Amino acid sequence: MKQYRNLIKPYLVWAFVIIVIPLILIALYAFTEDGNEVLTFSFTLENFRKFLEATYMSVIFKSFKLGILTTLICLGLGYPLAFIISKCPEKSQNLLILLVTIPEWINMLLRTYAWMNLLSDNGIINRLLQLLGISPVTMMYTDFSVLVGLICNFMPFMIIPIHTSLSKMDKSLIEAAFDLGANKFQTFTKVIWKLSIPGVLNGIMMVFLLSISTFVIPKLLGGGQYMLIGNLIESQFISVGDWNFGSAISLILAVLILIFMSLMKKMDKDE
Amino acid sequence: MRKNSKFAGFYMGLIFFLMYLPIAIVIIFSFNESKLPVRLTGFSLKWYQELLQDNAMLEALVNSLILGCLSCLVSAVIGTLGAVGLSRIRWKSRGVLEYISILPLMIPEIILGMVLMAFFYLLGLPFGMLTLLIGHTVFCVPYILMEVKARLVGMDPSLEEAARDLGAGPGRAFWDITLPLIMPAVISGSLLAFAMSMDDVVISIFINGPRLSTLPIKVYTQLKTGVTPEINALCTLLLIATLIIFLIYTRITKNKHK
Amino acid sequence: MNKLIELKNLTKNFDDQQVLRGINLDIYEKEFLTLLGPSGCGKTTTLRIIAGFEEPSDGEVLFNGIEISKLPPYKREVNTVFQKYALFPHLNVAENIAFGLNLKKMDKSVISQKVERMLKMVGLEGFEKRDVTLLSGGQQQRVAIARALVNEPKVLLLDEPLGALDAKIRKQMQVELKKIQQEVGITFIYVTHDQEEALSMSDTVVVMNNGEIQQIGTPTDIYNEPENRFVASFIGESNIIEGIMVKDYLVQFDGFEFECVDKGFEDNEEIEVVLRPEDLDIVAPEQAKIRGTVRNITFKGVHYEILIETELRTYMVHTTDYAEVGREVGLKFGPEDIHVMYRMGSY
Repeated sequence: MKQYRNLIKPYLVWAFVIIVIPLILIALYAFTEDGNEVLTFSFTLENFRKFLEATYMSVIFKSFKLGILTTLICLGLGYPLAFIISKCPEKSQNLLILLVTIPEWINMLLRTYAWMNLLSDNGIINRLLQLLGISPVTMMYTDFSVLVGLICNFMPFMIIPIHTSLSKMDKSLIEAAFDLGANKFQTFTKVIWKLSIPGVLNGIMMVFLLSISTFVIPKLLGGGQYMLIGNLIESQFISVGDWNFGSAISLILAVLILIFMSLMKKMDKDE
Repeated sequence: MRKNSKFAGFYMGLIFFLMYLPIAIVIIFSFNESKLPVRLTGFSLKWYQELLQDNAMLEALVNSLILGCLSCLVSAVIGTLGAVGLSRIRWKSRGVLEYISILPLMIPEIILGMVLMAFFYLLGLPFGMLTLLIGHTVFCVPYILMEVKARLVGMDPSLEEAARDLGAGPGRAFWDITLPLIMPAVISGSLLAFAMSMDDVVISIFINGPRLSTLPIKVYTQLKTGVTPEINALCTLLLIATLIIFLIYTRITKNKHK
Repeated sequence: MNKLIELKNLTKNFDDQQVLRGINLDIYEKEFLTLLGPSGCGKTTTLRIIAGFEEPSDGEVLFNGIEISKLPPYKREVNTVFQKYALFPHLNVAENIAFGLNLKKMDKSVISQKVERMLKMVGLEGFEKRDVTLLSGGQQQRVAIARALVNEPKVLLLDEPLGALDAKIRKQMQVELKKIQQEVGITFIYVTHDQEEALSMSDTVVVMNNGEIQQIGTPTDIYNEPENRFVASFIGESNIIEGIMVKDYLVQFDGFEFECVDKGFEDNEEIEVVLRPEDLDIVAPEQAKIRGTVRNITFKGVHYEILIETELRTYMVHTTDYAEVGREVGLKFGPEDIHVMYRMGSY
């Protein structure tokens, strides 16, 4: 088998040059100033200090609030769906899971854009409200529209892992719980829910990660002024041009995500 | 006990309705006469005609297709070699390497985009097709690598040994036995990668440069200014293309379990 | 003994397939009853109907005289030991056993007492805090038994509980299960496809095939007096020969008449005769009516398996005597070795 070891070399080169080096580079940027010029690095913590300013902290706070809210709603809506699907006969289960995954293949822009049609001031929902004699509601470019976009985009990432953990659960465990005197509710809380926790944690991790770092959805559904961490990073790189500060924010985001993920992993182990 | 109640069926229907309603509306209004996305005024193909005359859009489409195919090809080679190599090495660093292999899928896209932008800038690479291509391999390779790796795990290692036993050299055994067996995974991974490449906005927006536009970027910049029926038409076409790729993908992944 | 469970004309259809075709069975208190049959014979479905996991398509399940076929499993006074144990992987040994008691909101100290007593009975003292997923198959089996018995059910249902264990532990568990059953003094309903297991443990064996009961009886009855060809061939090895019941105590097959101990058939009824291989003796040709040539001899450890070809068929004989291939021999057996049964159409 030794002969094949060489096969990995192109991959190693690629992984090192394209993934590892650039990631190290970002740390370098974050702790320096005027990083656009390659050879004049000088160490600073200024980028992190700047981050603590109220305007930026409020962006972080808002991002977390929306991220957590999205995750909770996705869990609340997605778990029952995953549960219902897992109780369907095997053949229709495959079809239903296919239906859940198809939107993931559809361009994210398209999915987000589709909601613009519905939510805008003279969009379809407001037209319907008008027909019912209710005065139009501003939904576009608010927290609400962003939240709807996030939930709809990321829901499948919650449903799939939960469904996986539910469907691979040994059905005789559920029968065993019934047999030992648990009614349907008790069987759910004491057995099914407990055994699906790895899937739930996986789903939470995915949805939270995606929703905290997005910038396209808030931009389209929240408008140009809507700021989440992702938009902040994007603007630092694309429009403002302060790469060092942008790198610092990314680094903070990465660290926060790492902390969050290790917390999740720990919970998973404790279960 | 394994039956769902009527309420469960209703709930499932409702969620799927909400998931697919916006998409259905895009399709319906792409055939709508009126410019406003509010009232159906009559069937028309004029937005498709306008789309076909939009040269900037067509150019972006061509760019996207070229980029998708190229990054698919490059990633298929790197990813397949990587997966086969990873399955064969017994190094202590294997765990780290496996971790790195999925790292790009764990890091938020925006960080990847930004990292690549800074990296290319430092290297002095001009932003354009080349930077896009390299950038897209970052997320294309892991998809292909994961699919191929999964396939390799399920493969009987004695097949290759049998080929060696029957007198095939190592290269020959790989080429005649292993490669054909993992080919479905390479193809399905590539399709997935292609779809992702055609889909990507976040990373591309950092590294496309001022002159080059891919289709998703074009759509994104247009959307920032609001809804137009032309975009509806474009999205409908994209949707059909995606579904075709998706169907091929499921066909392949289904067959490979047989 | 009192009747505990009565199955009355039970049928069950899955889609368009009929898996139970009218099961009638009485199960008594303190009985060790085994449902025995090949896979797909309906034995597990019968058990699952008693447990409450399946509803019968038709027929009644009476428990102490009360119809329970619509009652959900958690309201029944029966507990199940599952084929693959179905221990909850997120709970440790003690928590698994206490699962049912906790649901009854029992006092903590009472629960831990009961759990301890159960663990002692199944021989797993000190295992309270162990992770169930790390136990061996035999140990998991014991936990599953303890988890079911701690609820003090009137009936314990066991669905091929020893199927996943290796041969040696299986033997040991057979003995232990029987001991436990006598100790707790409740009814065990045991499902298996292993005839040896069924014969060695049970008070009553119910042989099933094709969704129907073939024979109900004690292990000895089932072995010695099989009622039909299916039972005879499923349980042990046998020579099955078509014949005619000339009159009571006289049967004719292979062209000869033999005295036997069976009666109650019609005169000249077409029947089948079972001759167990171990009941046949090899003698000199002139000492027996049936004669043949030794075709094959195989050493089986304790005995030889000898195939003897006669004009009409090949007989199998189990004996400790050696007989070389090609020798002319006679087959001898006494009246009590002939088991006459009704002839079945299709086998």
